[in-house]
Amino acid sequence: MDRKELIPRSLLWGSLILALFMAVFISPFASKLPDGLDKAAIEKVALKSHVPEPPSDYIWPGIKNEKLAKAFAGLAGTLAAFMLGYLVALILKKARN
Amino acid sequence: MHLPDGLLTPNIWIPAWLASAAGLSYCFKKTSSALKDRMIPLMGVMSAFIFSAQMLNFPVGAGTSGHLLGGVLAGVLLGPYAAAVVISVVLIVQCLIFQDGGLTALGANILNMSFAGAGGGYVIYAFIRRLIKANKGIPIATFAASWFSIVLASIFCGLELSLSGMLPLQAVLTAMVLVHSLIGITEAVLTCLVISFVLKVRPDLIYKP
Repeated sequence: MDRKELIPRSLLWGSLILALFMAVFISPFASKLPDGLDKAAIEKVALKSHVPEPPSDYIWPGIKNEKLAKAFAGLAGTLAAFMLGYLVALILKKARN
Repeated sequence: MHLPDGLLTPNIWIPAWLASAAGLSYCFKKTSSALKDRMIPLMGVMSAFIFSAQMLNFPVGAGTSGHLLGGVLAGVLLGPYAAAVVISVVLIVQCLIFQDGGLTALGANILNMSFAGAGGGYVIYAFIRRLIKANKGIPIATFAASWFSIVLASIFCGLELSLSGMLPLQAVLTAMVLVHSLIGITEAVLTCLVISFVLKVRPDLIYKP
């Protein structure tokens, strides 16, 4: 392993912590308005066929406080994304050898 | 822009799944051969960061919100193939754990955001970087590519909806593409800010093909 090529652990950990911070502390305050697709779908499609409600917006079930539920969803999802991304990369590296 | 199940007809979502599966398979191969050791944790971190960033909806007017895609951000740091993989990882987590995006629609969502978005955006990025060879070309290439990635993804999404008989083509252009042209500006500004910062502190992290 070429040590110069490696990214310092501090930068990786810092980025991950930033991601977790955003997901846990900022996402509960994110806009609840429907996004561009949802809005278009609701307006144009609702008349045509039964369209599922816009997604429940990452409210983790079983947690009463909505903001806390969203923060927990953010935590779980960010960690899941981290693990899956890392795992896929590891598998791809192994596949080469 | 995560399509739920039930909006696309099978003659659209099945080919979309096939195209995405083929595309991902190709991206796995290319990523595998180009994978540098440092990219392994970075793919994990980028997946986490992009997932998190996609949770932060912001109002864009007309009672609508938008959120980041992060496709070009991933592309500038990891290259187009790994970026497509990372975006797909995020989409898979969103779909399987949070039902944000349906399972039948996942193929179309990957097609729109990993390939049209991240991939298409990277084409623009690479093109501008070829025109402006020095590092100073990176911010402008990033800006343009990021905007383009959002708009192109929304065009693909709109076309799928239109071909499924869900939206008249005119609504595609107005409701979808116009709104996403606005969202694209935020994507461009934010991606450019992050990349400019990286360029200043660790220019070696910018992906070199």
